Amino acid sequence: MTTTFRIDAGEIRRQFPFFQPHPEMRSVVYLDNAATTQKPYAVIEAVSNFWAHHNANVHRGGHGAGARASEMYEAARTRVAQFLNAREPAEIVFTRGTTEAINLVASSWGEAFIRAGDEIIVTEMEHHANLLPWMRLAEKQGAQLKVWRITDDGRLNLDELDRLLTERTRLVAVSHISNVLGTVNPVGEICRRAHAAGALCLVDAAQSVAHMPVDVQAIDCDFLAFSGHKAYGPTGIGVLYARRALLEATPPYHVGGGMVQTVRWERLVWAEPPAKFEAGTPPIGEAIGLHAALDFIDSIGREAIEQYEHELTQYALSRLQEVPDLRLYGPAPDRASIFAFTLGDIHPHDIATVLDTRDVAIRSGLHCAHPLGERLGGSTARASLAIYNDAQHIDALIDALHETRRVFGKTRA
Amino acid sequence: MMPLNELYQEIILDHYRQPRGRGELEPPKITQEGFNPSCGDEIILDLRVRDGRIEAVRFHGRGCSISQASASMLTEAVQGKTLAEAHALIQQVLGLVKGETDGDIDSLGDLAALAGVRQFPVRVKCATLAWHTLEEALKQVS
Ligand SMILES: Cc1ncc(COP(=O)(O)O)c(C=O)c1O
Repeated sequence: MTTTFRIDAGEIRRQFPFFQPHPEMRSVVYLDNAATTQKPYAVIEAVSNFWAHHNANVHRGGHGAGARASEMYEAARTRVAQFLNAREPAEIVFTRGTTEAINLVASSWGEAFIRAGDEIIVTEMEHHANLLPWMRLAEKQGAQLKVWRITDDGRLNLDELDRLLTERTRLVAVSHISNVLGTVNPVGEICRRAHAAGALCLVDAAQSVAHMPVDVQAIDCDFLAFSGHKAYGPTGIGVLYARRALLEATPPYHVGGGMVQTVRWERLVWAEPPAKFEAGTPPIGEAIGLHAALDFIDSIGREAIEQYEHELTQYALSRLQEVPDLRLYGPAPDRASIFAFTLGDIHPHDIATVLDTRDVAIRSGLHCAHPLGERLGGSTARASLAIYNDAQHIDALIDALHETRRVFGKTRA
Repeated sequence: MMPLNELYQEIILDHYRQPRGRGELEPPKITQEGFNPSCGDEIILDLRVRDGRIEAVRFHGRGCSISQASASMLTEAVQGKTLAEAHALIQQVLGLVKGETDGDIDSLGDLAALAGVRQFPVRVKCATLAWHTLEEALKQVS
């Protein structure tokens, strides 16, 4: 392959224990990055350093270790704010992940501001995390859920959005990158049109933050959510970004310790955001791990990552075309490095099993997007790339797909 | 390398390519749907039970080779069985697939091939789907 990758994936793999030889583990070609990414040493060490040497609860002062832990936790928040180009750290709420962030918005903002007869627009390609909270909210409030259908090649048509938007629309909920189709949605333009109609816009950035620059002010979204674990960070930590004024107007989510200013029998005063939305002891070590993960991403550079993954995507697209009976879903060539496909009548679960025996790790199924799966005609196999993958990994995938056809008695074309 | 040929034994692939008992029954019948939400496999079993015996059984739905072959084998294996025999067979197959018991493999015929999934923990629920669906269906018989 003749490309001009500025990134040496082998060098990057050396920063990950997962890719080092291990006496009891086979080395695998890991192509399930849309589910979760591997963790670099820097993240694992940041987390273990915190547990080993700095462990204390945050914002509960009284001793130096507590103050240090609070500082580290707040430094992580500041780092996230900078990473997303938020206006201030107070716009960053730590959650357990994308799912919890969106549930927070649906429960707290949604139940306060969505009324009977209001409309919420979701796209047909949403992950359940950005679908079920809105379905439940609509049912609870008597609001109407409107579905923005995708085109046959897996895109969103903006004219269709204009048709769906009315003066009753309160929110458009859309993923930045589809976790199945790899479609990169024009979220800036979607937010602009939503705002012009008087609606807010929530962006599910679970699949984008580790793969391309994401700037909340440039997108001009009202809410944005992502998960640490899909961005080289720990599980159990995620982010909700929201404009300050929205966080101030929104009632708390969970209530309990750490999120309240005054508690009298006759009166409660909530803390200011973001503390208002962080009841209980937060995932401190995980937030610190996320800080290290964002440092890792920016040490490579998000433009460089985007360019490298784009070139690798073009290579993958051309090689996938060589496999007889392979049907790729989603747009091409302008798309992210997530490839859902079927292989003739060989069931995706069987594809994944054969690949697994060849030490190529992919995923099969409906990918937590059942309505989209229905539209596509059922389960698909999915390979998804990250910064440590390279052309040899794509080659291993292609070889294993040919092998799958042999196992199922399809002659090699 | 994992023993792929133990999972995809010729018997399994044969049942997958030429499923036995595929289709639907005319009423009166019991219908039970089984669904595996993570992979989207779906099996719909139709049973006709008369005088404590499974008189007829059919399946349809969609899924991977293991789930479909397992359903196909099920229709052959439980046809004509009494409810008590069917319950016993369900337990025997579930134990075999999960690697809890070897059971009496020789008496299982084609079903013995399902033991191949033991080495593939993520595929166990494919093999058990039809049998759990039958378990649910039999609860409707009262
Ligand atoms: C687009 C998208 N949204 C939301 C999620 C949910 O993320 P999490 O499970 O980390 O909350 C995922 C991950 O599966 C995803 O791909």
